[in-house]
Amino acid sequence: MTLQQLLALSPLLILSITILVVMLAIAIKRHHGWVATISTAGLSLALLPLVVYYCLPDSFALRLPQTVTPLLRIENYACFYTALILIAALATTTLSHGYMEGYRGNREELYLLLLLSTVGGLVLVASRHFASFFIGLELLSVPMYGMAAYLVKERRSLEAGIKYLVLSAVASAFIIFGMALIYSQTGTLVFSDIGASVANGERIVMILGGAMLLIGIGFKLSLAPFHLWAPDVYEGAPAPVTSYLATASKVAVFALLLRYFVEAHAYRYSVLVDALSVLAILSILIGNVLALRQEDLKRLLAYSSIAHFGYLLVALIASGALATEAVGIYLLTYVVTTLAAFGVITLMSSPHKDHDAEILFDYRGLFWKHPYLAAILTVALLSLAGIPLSAGFIGKFYVLGAGVDKGLWTLLAAVVLGSAVGLYYYLRAMVQLYLRPRWVMPFSAPRNWATNAGGGMLIVLMLVMLVLGVYPEPFITLVRAAGLSGQ
Amino acid sequence: MILPWLLLVPFAGGLLCWQLERFGIRLVRWVAVATIFIVLILAVELWLTGDTAGRWTEQFSVPWIPRLGIRFALSLDGLSLLLIGLTALLGLTAVACSWREITRHIGFFHLNLMWTLGGVIGVFLATDLFLFFLFWEVMLVPMFFLIALWGHNIPGGNGRIYAATKFFIFTQASGLVMLVAILALVFVHNQSTGILTFSYSALLHTPMSARTEFWIMLGFFVAFAVKLPVVPLHSWLPDAHSQAPTAGSVVLAGVLLKTAAYGLLRFLLPLFPHASVEFAPIAMWFGVFGIVYGAVCAFGQSDIKRLVAYTSISHMGFILVGVYAGTQIALQGVIIQMLAHGISSGGLFILCGQLFERLHTHDLRKMGGLWARFSRLPPIALFFVVASLGLPGLGNFLGEFLILLGTFKTYPSVTVVAACGLILSAVYSLILMQRAFHGKPSDEDKLRDLNRREIATLGTLMAFLIWLGLYPQPILNTSRASMQALQTQFASAEAEIRPASAAREAP
Repeated sequence: MTLQQLLALSPLLILSITILVVMLAIAIKRHHGWVATISTAGLSLALLPLVVYYCLPDSFALRLPQTVTPLLRIENYACFYTALILIAALATTTLSHGYMEGYRGNREELYLLLLLSTVGGLVLVASRHFASFFIGLELLSVPMYGMAAYLVKERRSLEAGIKYLVLSAVASAFIIFGMALIYSQTGTLVFSDIGASVANGERIVMILGGAMLLIGIGFKLSLAPFHLWAPDVYEGAPAPVTSYLATASKVAVFALLLRYFVEAHAYRYSVLVDALSVLAILSILIGNVLALRQEDLKRLLAYSSIAHFGYLLVALIASGALATEAVGIYLLTYVVTTLAAFGVITLMSSPHKDHDAEILFDYRGLFWKHPYLAAILTVALLSLAGIPLSAGFIGKFYVLGAGVDKGLWTLLAAVVLGSAVGLYYYLRAMVQLYLRPRWVMPFSAPRNWATNAGGGMLIVLMLVMLVLGVYPEPFITLVRAAGLSGQ
Repeated sequence: MILPWLLLVPFAGGLLCWQLERFGIRLVRWVAVATIFIVLILAVELWLTGDTAGRWTEQFSVPWIPRLGIRFALSLDGLSLLLIGLTALLGLTAVACSWREITRHIGFFHLNLMWTLGGVIGVFLATDLFLFFLFWEVMLVPMFFLIALWGHNIPGGNGRIYAATKFFIFTQASGLVMLVAILALVFVHNQSTGILTFSYSALLHTPMSARTEFWIMLGFFVAFAVKLPVVPLHSWLPDAHSQAPTAGSVVLAGVLLKTAAYGLLRFLLPLFPHASVEFAPIAMWFGVFGIVYGAVCAFGQSDIKRLVAYTSISHMGFILVGVYAGTQIALQGVIIQMLAHGISSGGLFILCGQLFERLHTHDLRKMGGLWARFSRLPPIALFFVVASLGLPGLGNFLGEFLILLGTFKTYPSVTVVAACGLILSAVYSLILMQRAFHGKPSDEDKLRDLNRREIATLGTLMAFLIWLGLYPQPILNTSRASMQALQTQFASAEAEIRPASAAREAP
């Protein structure tokens, strides 16, 4: 292995070392603050080579793309999504620290699981081979069972963990069967070779294999009609874990899906593209409609995330360079916004109580008590709704642009309709923050929320959301640099 | 460089109002007044010194998102100047009329009010389609808050949050359709020229097939039709008005509805002249239907604010007819009608608010005989009511007259039916007067009469209406160049599409 390859792999390596250090630290002495600090430092350190590579491309020794073993390919695309996942993990770590302070059981292993899962995400976004695809996916998902069920004494957390375990295992089974079918026809596990050798395989088996893969990925991304687990798991898992589940894990899987579609030339199977269109329309409509009557903010965000991945599929279906750009921008805005929304929920909650601050009524009148916290949640909800001057609008704008460019009028109609329906529940949640406050607020963020790590991170996210909405050019440049080759 | 200031002042002033609340509520109100006053002064200065005879009086443009060809481009001509003046004028009255009505969260209220006005001014200035869409949507959020947080829960209604949400969903969803249409236009332009741009002037002469042009035009039309509102899409308006606070109603009827008319004049007709000519008869019949339907519904209302809201629908029908008539006279009439309706409906809503402050009801059945219980309010109300029904000598008459005159030559049948709407407007206006102010008083007690602030507010609006009615020439001069250009374009498109009929009319 050359130095170049090692450098290309450095985020992954740094993160693996961090895991070992965290494990040793826990073995030597349990100390919540230390473990959280080490994890944060490790994640930041893993992010560092990427930042340096992007900011100083000439003076840094690394030259991309690098193919490391047949399994991984590190290019700008992988780097961008690696950074996105690392940022999501970083945000989750800072949020977890404040949240877990109130937990009486062992708090340290959560960070271990989080880091392990992040490694899985990094493998996934760089994988160009079915083997690394599957390893990455399992490494991403398996720690998440533990994370979802982390508050083991809580019935709902445990239920969420087990539900996620069962359904995720089923999804993995579908994926591995799909891989086997495709392998039986092409005799290769490398994405690009599948794309090249596809002509000799039997068409129907290839389509069946592709469909199996789609079903499995649909489970992981909670696309309708494979979305049933999402609301329960979102609701039951501890708030910071939910924020990780909603962002990092979905980003990693979606980045892989896009790479697979491009490199394995899956677009040429019109049946698969049609199936994706059906999934997109179903996700948009079902996600938005089921969110309408939700009283629970975490469940509401779960349904909203189903709809958002429906919008993303529209960009995926559009295909081409503009679509890749749209996916990048959309995922970026989605991650920032979702983290901010769950960040507010996390700050408001504590594992002391038997459930998180998740009922909409808990947030009534928050603006008059914590104006800035409520403002962050407002901007996040507006951003999810895709209102201009917030990040989400730029994402939606790109998705619509990619769709118009390819003339996908049916899908666009679904996006417009879904967004219109979606407004109702976002506004409903938003207006609660401004109504006359309740006499006794059962949940409240600490008075000095802005001074702890999670609060500081939230303020940064808020600023990023606004900058993305007002001046997205630097982010667009970043995403454009992270295109996939072969388009 | 004056144009960015027109935007910056209200947005910054709004933030200032919010933050200054801790130092006292009077300060907040005066800061709000000062903010709008600065905008008004800037607008007047532009009006006095600027040259409205050319294409643009002022322009400002800096790159914003070069990747997508988006610029932060603002331009001002006579049309936008007049509407910005109207916005500032009504903004001042909106602050004045909430002086006593709004007692909760004053800083945040003025933040929302200022931002709504800022968004509207942005709509009137933007000449980049992305920027235009941005302001089009941005003004909705603060308006939503104005209705949802400071509105009234009228008995029998569905509540203010329902009304605010309905308003938001109607306008936002139709806005998304327009966004798709904007993107389609931009990509069509990109395909034929290879340039990706959202610039208004670049997109003006995009070559496209008649079918494409028609569909994209329709996307724009839906957004404008919801906001105007055109009748089948109007149902958000009475709800929003009846629940909104007075200032919200003034801004909604006075300026927000005008953004749709402005959109038709600035974007729809110039960008899609051929499709507009094709669509004109349909749109005009929609307008006529709106005139009659709005008037008939207004007649049947017992809530005074809903009544005024339906009269707005009726008056906006005239604007739709005038815009699609496309003649110079009709277009100038549209300008006068927009200004006069903004002022007169603003005045009527302020009066509704003042009645509500004193009687705590909007219900006409609980009013009656009010003439005996006030000395100053009823005559002023009579003034605004007859202005709204189109009494000669006041602005509304002139607007409607010019529109009908300009339409008659090309669409006599439309004109005839629309003119009948004037009779209906007399009916609903007089019934409003009759039911609220005449008849047997329910109580003999005198009510608190208008104070100096209220008289000054209404007096200013009255002065403007009289000015518009008696000496509109300065206004017409300001908008002439813009309307002339529009009319020329419309006529040439008409000549291309209907050469036969144009030739027949020529001799």
